[in-house]
Amino acid sequence: MKGKAWKFGNNIDTDLIIPARYLNTSDPDELAKYAMLDADPEWVDKMKKGDFIVAGENFGCGSSREHAPIALKAAGVSAVIAKSFARIFYRNAINIGLPIMESPEAAEEIKEGDEVEVDITSGTIKDLTTGQTYKAQPFPKFMQKIIDQGGLINYLKATLKTA
Amino acid sequence: MPQTISQKILAKHAGKKEVQPGELINCKVDLVLGNDITAPTAIKEFERIGVKKVFDKKKIYLVPDHFTPAKDIKSAEQVKMMRHFAHKYGIVNFFEIGCMGVEHALLPEMGAIKPGDLVIGADSHTCTYGALGAFSTGVGSTDMAAGMATGEVWFKVPEQLKFIFKGKLPKWVEAKDLILYTIGQIGVDGARYMSMEFTGPVIDKLTVEGRLTMANMAIEAGGKNGIFGVDEKTQKYLHNVRVTRYPLLYSDPDAEYKQVYTWDISKIEPQVSFPHLPSNTKPVSKCSHVKIDQSVIGSCTNGRIEDMRIAAKILKGKKVHPGVRLIILPATQKIELAMIKEGLTEIFIKAGAAVSTPTCGPCLGGHMGILAEGERSIATTNRNFVGRMGHPKSEVYLSNVAVAAASAIAGHIVSPEDL
Repeated sequence: MKGKAWKFGNNIDTDLIIPARYLNTSDPDELAKYAMLDADPEWVDKMKKGDFIVAGENFGCGSSREHAPIALKAAGVSAVIAKSFARIFYRNAINIGLPIMESPEAAEEIKEGDEVEVDITSGTIKDLTTGQTYKAQPFPKFMQKIIDQGGLINYLKATLKTA
Repeated sequence: MPQTISQKILAKHAGKKEVQPGELINCKVDLVLGNDITAPTAIKEFERIGVKKVFDKKKIYLVPDHFTPAKDIKSAEQVKMMRHFAHKYGIVNFFEIGCMGVEHALLPEMGAIKPGDLVIGADSHTCTYGALGAFSTGVGSTDMAAGMATGEVWFKVPEQLKFIFKGKLPKWVEAKDLILYTIGQIGVDGARYMSMEFTGPVIDKLTVEGRLTMANMAIEAGGKNGIFGVDEKTQKYLHNVRVTRYPLLYSDPDAEYKQVYTWDISKIEPQVSFPHLPSNTKPVSKCSHVKIDQSVIGSCTNGRIEDMRIAAKILKGKKVHPGVRLIILPATQKIELAMIKEGLTEIFIKAGAAVSTPTCGPCLGGHMGILAEGERSIATTNRNFVGRMGHPKSEVYLSNVAVAAASAIAGHIVSPEDL
Protein backbone atom coordinates (compact mmCIF):
# COMPACT_ATOMS: atom_id res chain seq x y z
CA MET A 1 0.00 0.00 0.00
CA LYS A 2 1.31 3.41 -0.96
CA GLY A 3 -0.03 6.85 -0.17
CA LYS A 4 0.48 10.25 1.36
CA ALA A 5 0.77 10.86 5.11
CA TRP A 6 -1.69 13.16 6.90
CA LYS A 7 -0.48 14.15 10.36
CA PHE A 8 -2.71 14.59 13.40
CA GLY A 9 -1.78 15.21 17.04
CA ASN A 10 -2.32 13.42 20.37
CA ASN A 11 -5.71 12.33 21.76
CA ILE A 12 -7.60 12.49 18.47
CA ASP A 13 -11.03 11.59 19.86
CA THR A 14 -13.90 9.86 18.10
CA ASP A 15 -15.91 13.10 18.02
CA LEU A 16 -13.13 14.56 15.84
CA ILE A 17 -13.03 11.45 13.67
CA ILE A 18 -16.81 11.46 13.16
CA PRO A 19 -18.98 14.04 14.98
CA ALA A 20 -22.06 12.63 16.74
CA ARG A 21 -24.35 14.88 14.73
CA TYR A 22 -23.79 12.57 11.74
CA LEU A 23 -24.39 9.34 13.64
CA ASN A 24 -28.06 9.05 12.76
CA THR A 25 -27.04 6.67 9.99
CA SER A 26 -24.95 3.51 9.78
CA ASP A 27 -24.21 3.87 6.04
CA PRO A 28 -20.40 3.80 5.57
CA ASP A 29 -20.38 6.00 2.44
CA GLU A 30 -22.51 8.63 4.17
CA LEU A 31 -20.23 8.53 7.25
CA ALA A 32 -17.12 8.84 5.05
CA LYS A 33 -18.23 12.30 3.92
CA TYR A 34 -17.68 13.63 7.45
CA ALA A 35 -14.46 11.82 8.39
CA MET A 36 -12.12 14.00 10.50
CA LEU A 37 -14.50 16.94 9.92
CA ASP A 38 -13.99 18.74 13.23
CA ALA A 39 -10.22 18.18 13.12
CA ASP A 40 -9.85 19.51 9.56
CA PRO A 41 -13.03 20.41 7.64
CA GLU A 42 -11.28 20.15 4.25
CA TRP A 43 -9.44 16.90 4.88
CA VAL A 44 -11.98 14.66 3.14
CA ASP A 45 -11.63 16.69 -0.07
CA LYS A 46 -7.84 16.92 0.15
CA MET A 47 -7.07 13.27 0.89
CA LYS A 48 -6.92 10.56 -1.77
CA LYS A 49 -7.92 6.92 -1.46
CA GLY A 50 -4.94 4.94 -0.20
CA ASP A 51 -3.55 7.75 1.99
CA PHE A 52 -2.45 7.23 5.60
CA ILE A 53 -3.28 8.92 8.88
CA VAL A 54 -0.22 9.40 11.10
CA ALA A 55 -1.06 10.47 14.66
CA GLY A 56 0.25 10.76 18.20
CA GLU A 57 -0.77 9.08 21.46
CA ASN A 58 -4.20 7.65 22.29
CA PHE A 59 -5.71 7.83 18.79
CA GLY A 60 -9.49 7.20 18.83
CA CYS A 61 -10.13 7.98 22.49
CA GLY A 62 -13.65 8.66 23.69
CA SER A 63 -16.79 7.02 22.44
CA SER A 64 -17.20 3.38 21.38
CA ARG A 65 -18.70 4.41 18.05
CA GLU A 66 -17.53 1.95 15.41
CA HIS A 67 -18.57 4.64 12.95
CA ALA A 68 -15.11 6.16 13.56
CA PRO A 69 -13.01 3.37 11.98
CA ILE A 70 -15.85 2.72 9.50
CA ALA A 71 -15.77 6.36 8.31
CA LEU A 72 -11.97 6.27 7.89
CA LYS A 73 -12.06 2.95 6.05
CA ALA A 74 -14.89 4.10 3.75
CA ALA A 75 -13.05 7.39 3.08
CA GLY A 76 -10.21 5.26 1.70
CA VAL A 77 -7.63 5.47 4.50
CA SER A 78 -5.33 2.49 3.97
CA ALA A 79 -3.98 2.44 7.53
CA VAL A 80 -3.68 4.52 10.68
CA ILE A 81 -0.16 4.75 12.09
CA ALA A 82 -0.01 6.10 15.66
CA LYS A 83 2.15 6.21 18.78
CA SER A 84 -0.69 4.46 20.63
CA PHE A 85 -4.40 3.73 20.26
CA ALA A 86 -7.33 4.00 22.68
CA ARG A 87 -8.53 0.50 23.46
CA ILE A 88 -12.08 0.53 22.05
CA PHE A 89 -10.89 2.10 18.78
CA TYR A 90 -8.12 -0.53 18.62
CA ARG A 91 -10.65 -3.37 19.00
CA ASN A 92 -13.08 -1.80 16.56
CA ALA A 93 -10.44 -1.25 13.89
CA ILE A 94 -9.36 -4.90 14.09
CA ASN A 95 -12.97 -6.08 14.15
CA ILE A 96 -13.96 -4.16 11.00
CA GLY A 97 -10.68 -4.65 9.13
CA LEU A 98 -9.15 -1.16 9.20
CA PRO A 99 -5.38 -1.68 9.38
CA ILE A 100 -3.75 0.00 12.38
CA MET A 101 -0.06 0.13 13.18
CA GLU A 102 1.53 1.10 16.47
CA SER A 103 4.96 2.66 15.99
CA PRO A 104 6.03 5.63 18.13
CA GLU A 105 9.12 6.22 15.94
CA ALA A 106 7.23 6.23 12.64
CA ALA A 107 4.48 8.41 14.12
CA GLU A 108 7.10 10.87 15.37
CA GLU A 109 9.34 11.06 12.31
CA ILE A 110 7.00 10.81 9.32
CA LYS A 111 6.07 14.32 8.14
CA GLU A 112 2.85 15.54 6.62
CA GLY A 113 2.93 14.97 2.88
CA ASP A 114 5.59 12.26 2.99
CA GLU A 115 5.05 9.37 0.61
CA VAL A 116 4.58 6.24 2.72
CA GLU A 117 4.58 2.56 1.83
CA VAL A 118 3.25 -0.04 4.21
CA ASP A 119 3.31 -3.81 4.29
CA ILE A 120 0.63 -4.87 6.74
CA THR A 121 1.61 -8.54 6.89
CA SER A 122 5.19 -7.88 7.93
CA GLY A 123 4.34 -4.69 9.83
CA THR A 124 6.85 -2.65 7.83
CA ILE A 125 6.38 1.07 7.35
CA LYS A 126 8.59 2.82 4.81
CA ASP A 127 8.85 6.60 4.46
CA LEU A 128 9.73 6.85 0.76
CA THR A 129 10.44 10.59 1.09
CA THR A 130 13.17 10.12 3.71
CA GLY A 131 14.09 6.50 3.03
CA GLN A 132 13.53 5.51 6.68
CA THR A 133 12.04 2.13 7.54
CA TYR A 134 10.08 1.33 10.70
CA LYS A 135 8.66 -1.83 12.23
CA ALA A 136 5.21 -1.73 13.86
CA GLN A 137 4.32 -3.66 17.03
CA PRO A 138 3.28 -7.16 15.93
CA PHE A 139 -0.23 -8.34 16.82
CA PRO A 140 -0.81 -11.36 19.08
CA LYS A 141 -1.57 -14.50 17.01
CA PHE A 142 -5.25 -14.53 17.86
CA MET A 143 -5.75 -10.93 16.71
CA GLN A 144 -3.68 -11.59 13.59
CA LYS A 145 -6.15 -14.38 12.72
CA ILE A 146 -9.07 -11.92 12.93
CA ILE A 147 -7.13 -9.44 10.80
CA ASP A 148 -6.27 -12.11 8.23
CA GLN A 149 -9.96 -12.99 7.90
CA GLY A 150 -10.82 -9.33 7.27
CA GLY A 151 -12.56 -8.77 10.59
CA LEU A 152 -14.40 -10.44 13.47
CA ILE A 153 -17.58 -11.37 11.61
CA ASN A 154 -15.71 -13.26 8.87
CA TYR A 155 -13.56 -14.90 11.54
CA LEU A 156 -16.70 -15.99 13.43
CA LYS A 157 -18.35 -17.30 10.29
CA ALA A 158 -15.27 -19.39 9.57
CA THR A 159 -15.05 -20.64 13.17
CA LEU A 160 -18.76 -21.44 13.44
CA LYS A 161 -18.57 -23.38 10.16
CA THR A 162 -15.71 -25.55 11.36
CA ALA A 163 -17.21 -26.02 14.85
CA MET B 1 -1.72 -15.88 42.84
CA PRO B 2 -3.65 -13.11 44.61
CA GLN B 3 -6.26 -11.48 42.36
CA THR B 4 -8.16 -8.20 42.13
CA ILE B 5 -11.96 -8.09 41.79
CA SER B 6 -11.61 -7.46 38.07
CA GLN B 7 -9.29 -10.44 37.63
CA LYS B 8 -11.60 -12.69 39.67
CA ILE B 9 -14.59 -11.83 37.50
CA LEU B 10 -12.65 -12.28 34.25
CA ALA B 11 -11.21 -15.61 35.45
CA LYS B 12 -14.61 -16.98 36.45
CA HIS B 13 -16.16 -16.05 33.08
CA ALA B 14 -13.23 -17.58 31.21
CA GLY B 15 -13.55 -20.82 33.19
CA LYS B 16 -10.15 -20.33 34.80
CA LYS B 17 -8.84 -20.21 38.35
CA GLU B 18 -6.90 -17.02 37.79
CA VAL B 19 -5.80 -14.66 35.03
CA GLN B 20 -2.63 -12.64 34.45
CA PRO B 21 -2.41 -9.17 32.90
CA GLY B 22 -1.70 -9.43 29.17
CA GLU B 23 -3.32 -12.87 28.83
CA LEU B 24 -5.83 -13.24 25.97
CA ILE B 25 -9.00 -14.92 27.17
CA ASN B 26 -12.45 -15.77 25.88
CA CYS B 27 -15.24 -14.92 28.33
CA LYS B 28 -18.92 -15.71 28.66
CA VAL B 29 -20.98 -12.55 29.10
CA ASP B 30 -23.96 -11.96 31.40
CA LEU B 31 -25.36 -8.99 29.52
CA VAL B 32 -24.97 -7.36 26.09
CA LEU B 33 -26.16 -3.77 25.63
CA GLY B 34 -26.67 -1.46 22.68
CA ASN B 35 -28.26 1.92 21.93
CA ASP B 36 -29.77 3.69 18.93
CA ILE B 37 -26.37 4.74 17.56
CA THR B 38 -24.48 1.48 17.98
CA ALA B 39 -27.18 -1.22 17.75
CA PRO B 40 -28.16 -0.59 14.09
CA THR B 41 -24.60 -1.35 12.93
CA ALA B 42 -24.50 -4.34 15.31
CA ILE B 43 -27.79 -5.62 13.89
CA LYS B 44 -26.43 -5.47 10.31
CA GLU B 45 -23.28 -7.33 11.40
CA PHE B 46 -25.33 -9.87 13.38
CA GLU B 47 -27.36 -10.71 10.27
CA ARG B 48 -24.08 -11.30 8.37
CA ILE B 49 -22.97 -13.98 10.85
CA GLY B 50 -25.88 -16.13 9.76
CA VAL B 51 -27.01 -17.56 13.11
CA LYS B 52 -30.74 -18.16 13.52
CA LYS B 53 -31.12 -16.91 17.08
CA VAL B 54 -29.50 -14.75 19.73
CA PHE B 55 -27.54 -16.47 22.50
CA ASP B 56 -30.08 -15.51 25.18
CA LYS B 57 -33.28 -13.50 24.68
CA LYS B 58 -33.18 -12.17 28.23
CA LYS B 59 -29.54 -11.09 28.36
CA ILE B 60 -29.63 -8.56 25.53
CA TYR B 61 -30.64 -5.00 26.40
CA LEU B 62 -31.58 -2.53 23.69
CA VAL B 63 -32.06 1.05 24.85
CA PRO B 64 -32.66 3.79 22.29
CA ASP B 65 -31.60 6.83 24.33
CA HIS B 66 -29.21 9.01 22.32
CA PHE B 67 -31.40 10.68 19.71
CA THR B 68 -34.75 9.89 21.35
CA PRO B 69 -37.57 10.88 21.39
CA ALA B 70 -36.54 10.55 17.72
CA LYS B 71 -35.10 13.92 16.70
CA ASP B 72 -35.40 13.39 12.94
CA ILE B 73 -36.40 10.85 10.32
CA LYS B 74 -33.03 9.08 10.19
CA SER B 75 -32.99 8.66 13.99
CA ALA B 76 -36.54 7.30 13.90
CA GLU B 77 -35.40 4.76 11.28
CA GLN B 78 -32.57 3.64 13.57
CA VAL B 79 -34.98 2.98 16.44
CA LYS B 80 -37.41 1.26 14.06
CA MET B 81 -34.63 -1.11 13.06
CA MET B 82 -33.99 -1.93 16.74
CA ARG B 83 -37.71 -2.47 17.36
CA HIS B 84 -37.99 -4.92 14.44
CA PHE B 85 -34.87 -6.75 15.52
CA ALA B 86 -36.13 -7.07 19.12
CA HIS B 87 -39.44 -8.40 17.83
CA LYS B 88 -37.89 -10.79 15.31
CA TYR B 89 -35.56 -12.43 17.84
CA GLY B 90 -37.86 -12.20 20.87
CA ILE B 91 -35.55 -9.87 22.80
CA VAL B 92 -37.37 -9.06 26.02
CA ASN B 93 -35.39 -6.07 27.22
CA PHE B 94 -36.14 -3.42 24.62
CA PHE B 95 -37.03 -0.11 26.23
CA GLU B 96 -38.99 2.45 24.25
CA ILE B 97 -40.17 5.94 25.03
CA GLY B 98 -42.34 5.77 28.13
CA CYS B 99 -40.24 3.19 29.94
CA MET B 100 -36.75 4.11 28.75
CA GLY B 101 -33.98 6.10 30.30
CA VAL B 102 -30.35 6.89 29.66
CA GLU B 103 -29.03 3.32 29.45
CA HIS B 104 -26.43 3.52 32.22
CA ALA B 105 -28.90 5.05 34.66
CA LEU B 106 -31.69 2.69 33.63
CA LEU B 107 -29.97 -0.69 33.94
CA PRO B 108 -28.75 -0.36 37.56
CA GLU B 109 -32.10 1.19 38.56
CA MET B 110 -34.08 -1.74 37.17
CA GLY B 111 -31.87 -4.33 38.84
CA ALA B 112 -30.29 -5.61 35.62
CA ILE B 113 -26.76 -5.54 37.06
CA LYS B 114 -25.35 -7.56 39.92
CA PRO B 115 -21.90 -7.88 41.47
CA GLY B 116 -19.67 -10.36 39.69
CA ASP B 117 -21.42 -9.90 36.33
CA LEU B 118 -19.46 -9.52 33.13
CA VAL B 119 -21.14 -6.89 30.97
CA ILE B 120 -20.30 -5.59 27.51
CA GLY B 121 -22.10 -2.64 25.97
CA ALA B 122 -21.72 -0.88 22.67
CA ASP B 123 -21.30 2.41 24.47
CA SER B 124 -18.09 3.60 26.03
CA HIS B 125 -19.77 4.54 29.32
CA THR B 126 -20.77 0.93 29.95
CA CYS B 127 -17.97 1.07 32.53
CA THR B 128 -20.58 2.70 34.86
CA TYR B 129 -21.73 -0.66 36.28
CA GLY B 130 -18.39 -1.24 37.97
CA ALA B 131 -19.92 0.80 40.81
CA LEU B 132 -21.93 -2.32 41.65
CA GLY B 133 -18.94 -4.66 41.56
CA ALA B 134 -19.45 -5.86 37.98
CA PHE B 135 -16.73 -6.06 35.34
CA SER B 136 -18.28 -3.86 32.72
CA THR B 137 -16.74 -2.37 29.62
CA GLY B 138 -17.53 -0.58 26.39
CA VAL B 139 -17.05 -2.28 23.04
CA GLY B 140 -17.98 -1.49 19.44
CA SER B 141 -20.92 -2.65 17.35
CA THR B 142 -19.15 -5.69 15.86
CA ASP B 143 -18.23 -6.97 19.33
CA MET B 144 -21.87 -6.42 20.31
CA ALA B 145 -23.01 -8.41 17.26
CA ALA B 146 -20.63 -11.26 18.09
CA GLY B 147 -21.75 -11.11 21.73
CA MET B 148 -25.42 -11.36 20.74
CA ALA B 149 -24.69 -14.36 18.53
CA THR B 150 -22.30 -16.32 20.75
CA GLY B 151 -22.66 -14.92 24.28
CA GLU B 152 -18.88 -14.60 24.32
CA VAL B 153 -16.23 -11.94 23.92
CA TRP B 154 -12.43 -11.94 23.79
CA PHE B 155 -10.40 -9.82 26.20
CA LYS B 156 -6.82 -8.98 26.89
CA VAL B 157 -6.60 -9.10 30.69
CA PRO B 158 -5.86 -5.51 31.71
CA GLU B 159 -3.22 -4.34 34.14
CA GLN B 160 -4.59 -3.13 37.46
CA LEU B 161 -4.49 0.37 38.94
CA LYS B 162 -5.66 1.26 42.44
CA PHE B 163 -6.85 4.66 43.63
CA ILE B 164 -7.09 5.26 47.36
CA PHE B 165 -9.00 8.34 48.49
CA LYS B 166 -8.22 9.53 52.00
CA GLY B 167 -9.45 12.46 54.08
CA LYS B 168 -12.87 14.06 54.26
CA LEU B 169 -14.97 15.27 51.35
CA PRO B 170 -15.04 19.10 51.55
CA LYS B 171 -18.29 21.04 51.23
CA TRP B 172 -19.71 21.16 47.65
CA VAL B 173 -17.20 18.53 46.52
CA GLU B 174 -19.01 15.58 44.94
CA ALA B 175 -18.08 12.16 43.57
CA LYS B 176 -17.82 13.88 40.19
CA ASP B 177 -14.94 15.99 41.50
CA LEU B 178 -13.06 12.89 42.65
CA ILE B 179 -13.16 11.41 39.17
CA LEU B 180 -12.37 14.74 37.44
CA TYR B 181 -9.47 15.17 39.86
CA THR B 182 -8.27 11.63 39.06
CA ILE B 183 -8.39 12.28 35.31
CA GLY B 184 -6.66 15.62 35.83
CA GLN B 185 -3.86 13.86 37.70
CA ILE B 186 -3.27 10.89 35.39
CA GLY B 187 -4.45 12.28 32.01
CA VAL B 188 -6.88 11.02 29.39
CA ASP B 189 -4.68 8.03 28.68
CA GLY B 190 -3.35 7.52 32.22
CA ALA B 191 -5.33 4.29 32.56
CA ARG B 192 -5.29 3.25 28.90
CA TYR B 193 -6.26 -0.41 28.66
CA MET B 194 -6.21 -0.80 32.46
CA SER B 195 -8.62 -1.53 35.29
CA MET B 196 -9.23 1.29 37.75
CA GLU B 197 -10.15 0.19 41.26
CA PHE B 198 -11.45 2.86 43.64
CA THR B 199 -11.07 2.41 47.40
CA GLY B 200 -10.38 4.21 50.66
CA PRO B 201 -12.32 5.85 53.49
CA VAL B 202 -13.81 8.53 51.20
CA ILE B 203 -15.13 5.87 48.83
CA ASP B 204 -16.61 3.91 51.76
CA LYS B 205 -18.71 6.94 52.64
CA LEU B 206 -19.78 7.65 49.07
CA THR B 207 -23.33 6.73 48.01
CA VAL B 208 -23.81 4.13 45.29
CA GLU B 209 -25.07 6.95 43.03
CA GLY B 210 -21.75 8.74 43.56
CA ARG B 211 -19.84 5.57 42.76
CA LEU B 212 -21.85 5.21 39.53
CA THR B 213 -20.74 8.75 38.61
CA MET B 214 -17.09 7.84 39.21
CA ALA B 215 -17.11 4.49 37.41
CA ASN B 216 -18.91 6.18 34.51
CA MET B 217 -15.88 8.30 33.71
CA ALA B 218 -13.17 5.60 33.95
CA ILE B 219 -13.16 5.63 30.15
CA GLU B 220 -12.23 9.32 30.24
CA ALA B 221 -8.85 8.23 31.63
CA GLY B 222 -8.69 5.52 28.95
CA GLY B 223 -9.65 2.80 31.44
CA LYS B 224 -11.07 -0.54 30.36
CA ASN B 225 -13.21 -0.66 33.46
CA GLY B 226 -13.71 1.09 36.78
CA ILE B 227 -14.63 -1.03 39.77
CA PHE B 228 -15.66 -0.81 43.44
CA GLY B 229 -15.86 -3.50 46.11
CA VAL B 230 -19.27 -4.54 47.41
CA ASP B 231 -20.17 -3.15 50.83
CA GLU B 232 -23.29 -2.54 52.92
CA LYS B 233 -24.23 0.43 50.76
CA THR B 234 -24.09 -1.67 47.63
CA GLN B 235 -26.11 -4.38 49.31
CA LYS B 236 -28.79 -1.91 50.40
CA TYR B 237 -28.95 -0.42 46.89
CA LEU B 238 -29.29 -3.89 45.38
CA HIS B 239 -31.96 -4.86 47.89
CA ASN B 240 -33.98 -1.79 46.86
CA VAL B 241 -33.81 -2.76 43.19
CA ARG B 242 -34.66 -6.39 44.06
CA VAL B 243 -31.32 -7.96 43.20
CA THR B 244 -30.69 -11.01 45.34
CA ARG B 245 -28.06 -13.75 45.31
CA TYR B 246 -24.73 -12.46 44.14
CA PRO B 247 -21.12 -13.07 45.14
CA LEU B 248 -19.41 -10.70 47.58
CA LEU B 249 -16.21 -10.00 45.73
CA TYR B 250 -13.15 -8.24 47.10
CA SER B 251 -9.62 -7.77 45.87
CA ASP B 252 -7.12 -9.92 47.71
CA PRO B 253 -5.10 -7.71 50.10
CA ASP B 254 -1.85 -8.72 48.42
CA ALA B 255 -3.15 -8.45 44.84
CA GLU B 256 -0.68 -6.85 42.44
CA TYR B 257 -1.20 -3.41 40.98
CA LYS B 258 0.80 -1.73 38.26
CA GLN B 259 0.46 1.45 40.27
CA VAL B 260 -1.29 2.63 43.44
CA TYR B 261 -2.32 6.27 43.75
CA THR B 262 -3.09 7.61 47.22
CA TRP B 263 -4.61 11.07 47.54
CA ASP B 264 -5.83 13.09 50.51
CA ILE B 265 -8.77 15.01 49.06
CA SER B 266 -9.61 17.05 52.19
CA LYS B 267 -8.45 20.26 50.57
CA ILE B 268 -9.57 19.90 46.97
CA GLU B 269 -12.18 22.23 45.50
CA PRO B 270 -14.92 21.35 43.03
CA GLN B 271 -13.14 20.68 39.73
CA VAL B 272 -13.89 22.15 36.31
CA SER B 273 -12.55 20.55 33.12
CA PHE B 274 -11.73 23.19 30.53
CA PRO B 275 -12.05 22.59 26.80
CA HIS B 276 -11.23 20.30 25.11
CA LEU B 277 -10.18 17.40 27.34
CA PRO B 278 -11.64 16.04 30.59
CA SER B 279 -8.09 16.08 31.99
CA ASN B 280 -7.88 19.88 31.67
CA THR B 281 -9.03 20.42 35.25
CA LYS B 282 -8.87 23.58 37.37
CA PRO B 283 -10.25 24.29 40.84
CA VAL B 284 -13.54 26.19 40.57
CA SER B 285 -12.12 29.29 42.30
CA LYS B 286 -9.88 29.82 39.25
CA CYS B 287 -12.79 29.81 36.79
CA SER B 288 -14.95 32.83 37.62
CA HIS B 289 -13.84 34.66 34.48
CA VAL B 290 -15.65 32.12 32.29
CA LYS B 291 -19.05 33.43 31.19
CA ILE B 292 -21.57 30.83 30.09
CA ASP B 293 -24.52 30.70 27.70
CA GLN B 294 -25.88 27.36 28.85
CA SER B 295 -25.85 24.95 31.74
CA VAL B 296 -26.75 21.27 31.33
CA ILE B 297 -27.59 19.08 34.31
CA GLY B 298 -28.13 15.41 33.52
CA SER B 299 -26.58 12.50 31.54
CA CYS B 300 -25.41 9.01 32.52
CA THR B 301 -22.82 10.74 34.70
CA ASN B 302 -25.04 13.04 36.77
CA GLY B 303 -28.73 12.58 35.94
CA ARG B 304 -29.85 10.60 38.98
CA ILE B 305 -32.26 11.70 41.73
CA GLU B 306 -29.44 12.52 44.13
CA ASP B 307 -28.09 14.95 41.50
CA MET B 308 -31.51 16.52 41.00
CA ARG B 309 -31.81 17.07 44.76
CA ILE B 310 -28.47 18.91 44.85
CA ALA B 311 -29.54 21.09 41.90
CA ALA B 312 -32.89 21.87 43.55
CA LYS B 313 -31.23 22.86 46.82
CA ILE B 314 -29.27 25.53 44.97
CA LEU B 315 -32.00 26.68 42.57
CA LYS B 316 -34.84 26.87 45.10
CA GLY B 317 -36.27 30.39 45.12
CA LYS B 318 -33.58 31.63 42.69
CA LYS B 319 -33.70 32.69 39.05
CA VAL B 320 -31.51 31.46 36.23
CA HIS B 321 -29.36 34.32 34.86
CA PRO B 322 -31.13 35.99 31.91
CA GLY B 323 -28.18 35.22 29.64
CA VAL B 324 -28.18 31.49 30.47
CA ARG B 325 -30.29 28.59 29.25
CA LEU B 326 -30.51 25.91 31.96
CA ILE B 327 -31.48 22.47 30.67
CA ILE B 328 -32.24 19.69 33.13
CA LEU B 329 -32.44 16.09 31.96
CA PRO B 330 -33.59 13.43 34.42
CA ALA B 331 -31.93 10.21 33.30
CA THR B 332 -34.94 7.90 33.63
CA GLN B 333 -38.75 7.97 33.83
CA LYS B 334 -38.53 6.89 37.45
CA ILE B 335 -36.23 9.81 38.28
CA GLU B 336 -38.51 12.19 36.39
CA LEU B 337 -41.49 10.99 38.43
CA ALA B 338 -39.58 11.26 41.71
CA MET B 339 -38.65 14.84 40.76
CA ILE B 340 -42.32 15.68 40.31
CA LYS B 341 -43.34 13.98 43.56
CA GLU B 342 -40.60 15.71 45.55
CA GLY B 343 -41.46 19.10 44.07
CA LEU B 344 -38.08 19.43 42.31
CA THR B 345 -39.56 19.92 38.84
CA GLU B 346 -41.56 22.88 40.13
CA ILE B 347 -38.45 24.41 41.68
CA PHE B 348 -36.61 24.06 38.36
CA ILE B 349 -39.41 25.48 36.21
CA LYS B 350 -39.98 28.40 38.59
CA ALA B 351 -36.25 29.14 38.44
CA GLY B 352 -36.52 29.36 34.67
CA ALA B 353 -35.03 26.00 33.67
CA ALA B 354 -36.22 23.76 30.85
CA VAL B 355 -36.90 20.23 32.07
CA SER B 356 -36.64 17.50 29.43
CA THR B 357 -37.78 13.89 29.23
CA PRO B 358 -34.94 11.35 29.63
CA THR B 359 -32.42 11.46 26.77
CA CYS B 360 -28.67 11.70 26.19
CA GLY B 361 -29.61 14.75 24.10
CA PRO B 362 -27.07 17.57 24.23
CA CYS B 363 -24.32 15.56 25.99
CA LEU B 364 -23.11 14.31 22.61
CA GLY B 365 -24.46 17.19 20.55
CA GLY B 366 -27.51 15.19 19.54
CA HIS B 367 -30.44 17.49 20.27
CA MET B 368 -32.21 19.30 23.14
CA GLY B 369 -29.66 22.07 23.64
CA ILE B 370 -27.08 22.34 20.87
CA LEU B 371 -24.53 25.16 21.03
CA ALA B 372 -24.00 27.81 18.33
CA GLU B 373 -20.58 29.05 17.20
CA GLY B 374 -18.66 30.66 20.04
CA GLU B 375 -21.14 29.59 22.75
CA ARG B 376 -20.12 28.06 26.05
CA SER B 377 -21.86 25.54 28.25
CA ILE B 378 -21.08 24.25 31.67
CA ALA B 379 -22.29 20.65 31.92
CA THR B 380 -22.44 17.77 34.37
CA THR B 381 -21.78 15.45 31.42
CA ASN B 382 -18.59 13.51 30.75
CA ARG B 383 -16.85 14.87 27.63
CA ASN B 384 -15.76 18.30 26.46
CA PHE B 385 -14.13 17.37 23.15
CA VAL B 386 -14.19 19.79 20.19
CA GLY B 387 -17.76 20.03 18.89
CA ARG B 388 -19.09 17.69 21.54
CA MET B 389 -22.24 19.75 22.23
CA GLY B 390 -22.64 21.44 18.88
CA HIS B 391 -20.61 23.83 16.75
CA PRO B 392 -16.90 22.91 16.47
CA LYS B 393 -16.15 26.40 17.80
CA SER B 394 -18.36 26.02 20.88
CA GLU B 395 -16.98 25.07 24.31
CA VAL B 396 -17.98 22.67 27.08
CA TYR B 397 -16.79 22.94 30.69
CA LEU B 398 -17.37 19.84 32.84
CA SER B 399 -18.34 20.17 36.49
CA ASN B 400 -20.33 18.68 39.32
CA VAL B 401 -24.05 19.38 39.77
CA ALA B 402 -23.76 22.11 42.42
CA VAL B 403 -21.34 24.15 40.30
CA ALA B 404 -23.48 23.76 37.16
CA ALA B 405 -26.57 24.93 39.08
CA ALA B 406 -24.79 27.83 40.77
CA SER B 407 -23.21 28.94 37.49
CA ALA B 408 -26.64 28.98 35.82
CA ILE B 409 -27.72 31.53 38.41
CA ALA B 410 -24.53 33.60 38.27
CA GLY B 411 -24.05 33.62 34.47
CA HIS B 412 -20.44 32.61 34.87
CA ILE B 413 -18.67 29.62 36.42
CA VAL B 414 -18.88 29.85 40.18
CA SER B 415 -18.86 27.74 43.31
CA PRO B 416 -22.18 27.65 45.22
CA GLU B 417 -20.10 29.00 48.09
CA ASP B 418 -19.64 32.31 46.24
CA LEU B 419 -23.19 32.80 44.99
